[in-house]
Amino acid sequence: MSEKIPAKQRLRDVVDSVYRAAWEAKERGEPVGWSSSKFPAEIPETLGLAVTYPENQAAGIAAKHGGQRLCEYAEGLGYSNDICGYARISLAYAAGAEADERPMPQPDFVLCCNNICNCMIKWYEAIARMHNIPLIMIDVPYNNTVDVPEARVAYVRAQFEDAIAQLEELTGRTWSNERFKEVCANANRSASAWLKACGYCSVKPSPLNGFDLFNHMADIVTARCKPETAEAFEQLAAEYEEGVAKGESTWHYDENYRIMFEGIPCWPELQALFKPLKDSGANTVAVVYAPAFGFQYTDVDDMARAYCRAPNSVCIEAGTAWRADLCKENQVDGILVHYNRSCKPWSGYMLEMERRWHDQLGVPVVGFDGDQADPRNFSEAQYQTRVQGLAELMAANKAAGGQGK
Amino acid sequence: MSEKKVSDRQRIEELLGIFSGIAASPKSQLDMYTGLGKKAVGVFPYYAPEELVHAAGFIPLGIWGASGTVREAGRYFPAFYCTIARMGLELALTGVLDRLSAVVMPTLCDTLRPLSQNFKAARPDIPMLFLAQPQNRKTYYGKDYYVSELMRVKGELEALAGKKITDEALYESVQVYNESRAERRRFVQLAAAHASLVSTQARSAALKSAYFTEKREHQTLLKELNDLLAAQPAENPRDYTRVVTSGILADGGNLLKIFDEQSIRVAADDVAHESRSFRVDVPESLAAEAPMYALAEAFAQQTDDSLLWEADLSHRQQHLIDLVLDSGARGVVFLMMQFCDPEELDYPSLKAALDTMDIPSIQIGYDQQMTDFGQAETQLMTFKEIIG
Repeated sequence: MSEKIPAKQRLRDVVDSVYRAAWEAKERGEPVGWSSSKFPAEIPETLGLAVTYPENQAAGIAAKHGGQRLCEYAEGLGYSNDICGYARISLAYAAGAEADERPMPQPDFVLCCNNICNCMIKWYEAIARMHNIPLIMIDVPYNNTVDVPEARVAYVRAQFEDAIAQLEELTGRTWSNERFKEVCANANRSASAWLKACGYCSVKPSPLNGFDLFNHMADIVTARCKPETAEAFEQLAAEYEEGVAKGESTWHYDENYRIMFEGIPCWPELQALFKPLKDSGANTVAVVYAPAFGFQYTDVDDMARAYCRAPNSVCIEAGTAWRADLCKENQVDGILVHYNRSCKPWSGYMLEMERRWHDQLGVPVVGFDGDQADPRNFSEAQYQTRVQGLAELMAANKAAGGQGK
Repeated sequence: MSEKKVSDRQRIEELLGIFSGIAASPKSQLDMYTGLGKKAVGVFPYYAPEELVHAAGFIPLGIWGASGTVREAGRYFPAFYCTIARMGLELALTGVLDRLSAVVMPTLCDTLRPLSQNFKAARPDIPMLFLAQPQNRKTYYGKDYYVSELMRVKGELEALAGKKITDEALYESVQVYNESRAERRRFVQLAAAHASLVSTQARSAALKSAYFTEKREHQTLLKELNDLLAAQPAENPRDYTRVVTSGILADGGNLLKIFDEQSIRVAADDVAHESRSFRVDVPESLAAEAPMYALAEAFAQQTDDSLLWEADLSHRQQHLIDLVLDSGARGVVFLMMQFCDPEELDYPSLKAALDTMDIPSIQIGYDQQMTDFGQAETQLMTFKEIIG
């Protein structure tokens, strides 16, 4: 019997297959789309359209140290270095910059949803303008309440229907409600398995290195509607279960402290991010991506509601509660916050959230300055000092007999 | 010169002086109105339906940041956010907005999203009337959604005012605002035509003062000014270097002083704080029947703005070109608000569109904390030499 492929490898293969399918579609002369990460993927998947994800591509390029090169290319085109690093990388690639780190076919249409950020609108407009291609826009207004108002659900749902009609006309594909049901079932199954896998972070000691979740997020972003994604996450959860039973973990160091890492990682600096955490025995056991991407829904209205709950589209009360609940469930000792120069909607209310977590959880919270894609905005020395400071505060807190409230 | 002409010119100067005084001291306006027993509501950018605030009996006062230094707001925002948000919050945290009954907070950009949340955290005692406008605003469902948002804000205003906003009152406010917008559009034309009488700083102040004055009062003064300007003899357009300004804000006194020192005048503008805010009227015939839908319709018709999704991807570019050609400007000055990513993301395509038409342009970085305008001065001097 052949050796079983580890879930980690299967998950990587799924993402690779998304890009491969896009290349193959392009070779067959079929249209290929670029999509924002929280555009309702159920729509292009139901229509059988090949779609790739610029945010995922940008993260991949940045992790392989191509971020600065492409950011600078975009700056040469006139884009300010204040603009989101993912957007700069993507615009550079769309304009013709080489990126062997994660190549993907150029788009024939773009699918834009601004639930993550409004920057997405201008970014995708620019791509559409460069290539003279259609842009399908699903607008999700920002929420100021925990519950999504019904009028907003109706607005988003109506846009789903318009997007479907536009894509049918554009690609000649026909919508199938039966296929849509299957796709939604796959998406829900993926989300459920993703949440289950993430849930193992609550075991003490954790059977996983929390940074693994950042890598696996690529699957929930690019392939959440595919059955192989759900299967790979189910296997991942089973492996963590096995780890718990055997007392094993993908975190190979002491687990002196359990932290929440808040924000997108600095992809170009993963080693630098990881080292002081490893040295102080601080395992990441909470990341907000679990609730943020693990959404489940029962019908189309509920799907519209789910897409209104992206990390940057929820109000401060919901955002604080997501994280606070995670921290409590996963018995977090401290929180490390990435003030991400690339992400204004995310970083913009973190200082207030810090205060709320501190009050609600009684754990130390420390921030550092960085960027998800542009290494010029990260200082390793500052980061090390901040992690060291966090470790000292967590030690003092523990010595005082507390692990938080 | 006849006595009549002398007195007309004196009155023009006097009116411009009144506008400058108001623009320089919005806090005095707030104190004046509240001293008279009126209630005021702050209105943040962009495209908030001030007519609703007005119809509820409040004085709407625009809050587009302020010149100064960010201190207290640093507890809420890291440094990489525009000063409209950071200084707006600074005003709230330092007591300047204490007398407001509420603020209206649209959320069309990634900085206004967290500003809305920070505001309610920082000043829970000042009601924050949240507004999330639709980007797919031209569709029937976009308008339906927007009406539902407006109805909520209307209800919140009514609760604060202790009275219903009647359709008649809203229709009347729509008329007041349409007249004010028309007068401001007329002023933009007349200021450009009478560049010797209206400096760049004075033009800015006349427009900015509208944010701090009840619109009927402002319109009365501006109409008087416009009528006086219209009666003045025609000027040679080549006496000044005429440009189109583009950006979010163009109201910094020290920055505009350089324009005046260089004899540069604004022939037309693509500035969010200026013409973008008053180029679209609310359709009055619709307002007479369904005023809330009329407000949604007006927003649906907004276009050519970095804050708005635009299906026609060359529309804004063509609009800027048309502004230059129609106004006879010799070039475009982009006043780039620091950390404003919608503007920064639109800029390369705008620049490229101008280049294809051989229209010179320059980009000048700007924010409300700037005190040293040496670089801007050098840039403008060089640009003037280029465009002649």
